[in-house]
Amino acid sequence: MIDYDKVLSEKCKEIKPSGIRRFFDIAAQRENVISLGVGEPDFQTPWCVRKTAITALEKGRTKYTANAGLAELRSTISDYVKRKTGVKYDPDHEIIITVGGSEGIDIGIRTLIDPGDEVLIVEPCFVCYAPLVTLMGGVPVSVETREEDEFRLTPEALKAKITDKTKLLILPFPNNPTGAVMDRESLERIAEVIRGTDIIIMSDEIYSELTYSDEPYTSIIRLEGMAERTLYVNGFSKAYSMTGWRMGYICGPEPIMKQMLKIHQYEIMCSPTVSQYAAIEAIKSCDKDISRMVNEYNIRRRWLVGALNDLGLTCFEPKGAFYVFPSIKSTGLSSEEFCERLLFEHNVAVVPGNAFGECGEGYIRISYAYSLKHIMEAVKRIEEFLKTL
Amino acid sequence: MFEPVINLLKRNARMSVKDLAAAAGMTEAAVEARIAEYEKEGVIKGYTLVTNDDLLDKDFVTAFIEVKVTPKADFGFDDLARTIMMYDEVDSVTLMSGSFDLAVTLSGTNYKEIALFVAQRLSTIDGVISTSTHFVLKKYKQNNFFMQNDAEDERSMISP
Repeated sequence: MIDYDKVLSEKCKEIKPSGIRRFFDIAAQRENVISLGVGEPDFQTPWCVRKTAITALEKGRTKYTANAGLAELRSTISDYVKRKTGVKYDPDHEIIITVGGSEGIDIGIRTLIDPGDEVLIVEPCFVCYAPLVTLMGGVPVSVETREEDEFRLTPEALKAKITDKTKLLILPFPNNPTGAVMDRESLERIAEVIRGTDIIIMSDEIYSELTYSDEPYTSIIRLEGMAERTLYVNGFSKAYSMTGWRMGYICGPEPIMKQMLKIHQYEIMCSPTVSQYAAIEAIKSCDKDISRMVNEYNIRRRWLVGALNDLGLTCFEPKGAFYVFPSIKSTGLSSEEFCERLLFEHNVAVVPGNAFGECGEGYIRISYAYSLKHIMEAVKRIEEFLKTL
Repeated sequence: MFEPVINLLKRNARMSVKDLAAAAGMTEAAVEARIAEYEKEGVIKGYTLVTNDDLLDKDFVTAFIEVKVTPKADFGFDDLARTIMMYDEVDSVTLMSGSFDLAVTLSGTNYKEIALFVAQRLSTIDGVISTSTHFVLKKYKQNNFFMQNDAEDERSMISP
């Protein structure tokens, strides 16, 4: 009998299973559950994109592409990023098409991190950063954001965590789970701290198209001196409602990208070919679809924020992504207790805030990637639940 | 142009002013004023219902009729369209581009009733050259509602 515990890698065992997993298992077994728990859009991928993929299949475009991805896709992305951020990446040397934004995050971390290197992770955040850092022998260091700062990273919180071992800062905005967006001014204050250091920034901007404020969206790479020290991660999942296509990209300075391409080449070879053709069509033809989806998310967001505040689950107004992050502290319950009881007693699934970092305790993540009708029904159940407390 | 109040009412005309205001990011007074304005201008013509008539009434038939006409001098198509729309049986009249002129939808209790209406009332109107009647067999989508089954949500219940 093999002692599996002995054959498993210590690093792998060290990784904590996702806090969402257990919850998912409970929810999946129950009937009549209304979920507000997903992290992916409810819209269909625009038809023109699906049609392009069908045509690509019909034409037999099913072979490997160049490691970094189709030249046409890289150049289309280069133009798109320039249009959105003002920064021009060289499609031949500074862009890699990845399997979702997730792969970009992974290979970015692997390219930079040696054992002992510290990686600053702004929390609450998406669940993958710390485990990937741990796998590399790096040390994940939480940098907490707070509701009173609208969950934006402050220079004070950042400075307090920088040491001479700090290698990388992961900047996940617009943020999952809080919906926070760093405006230009807040980014400028962060850039001020980073300038003159050797710290690299990984800016995960997968939700960059989904923002709801009047001022234009700003990426940190737009700020002076930042593009040369930033890995810019983005993709098609959220903006174009293409989660299952696994299409992302990472852009950065050539010396880093050249090394990163080796990892990508050995682990993935290239991103899915049909998805790459579809992605070209998405950028070229789907601006109007994005604005249709953003208008719809915005309607739901406004209604939901109002309704939750009326119920006494106070939340700041999130300006991006498709989540609200209300405080449940007034109920006296912990995040997990709240979510478990809501699920068992009123069949509504939401995600406990502490699944996204310890500072998410006292909050829950509610997704509005659902129809308004669905959201209204779920909120009615939450209201009934609160009355029983 | 994206107009949240119209967008929301088109999907659910019974939505309360309170919910409309919250979803549109306006005050309740502003929503009420805007609706009143649209009603006055005729932008909002009415508030209606989307029903699955097959479930409501088994003896219910609708037809789509292509009508070719000779437009009258001075009046063009308007005069003929007005004559046709005066019949209560007629649900809608639309001027079309292409191989026919007026698209007329009709409803009745059986096929014969509709066929007779077309033969006796529609075809005999001065200026109508020909008609072609198509009966509706199954409705899949109406006013953005799926009429057969709601689309299923294939996403997992919870994901990061």
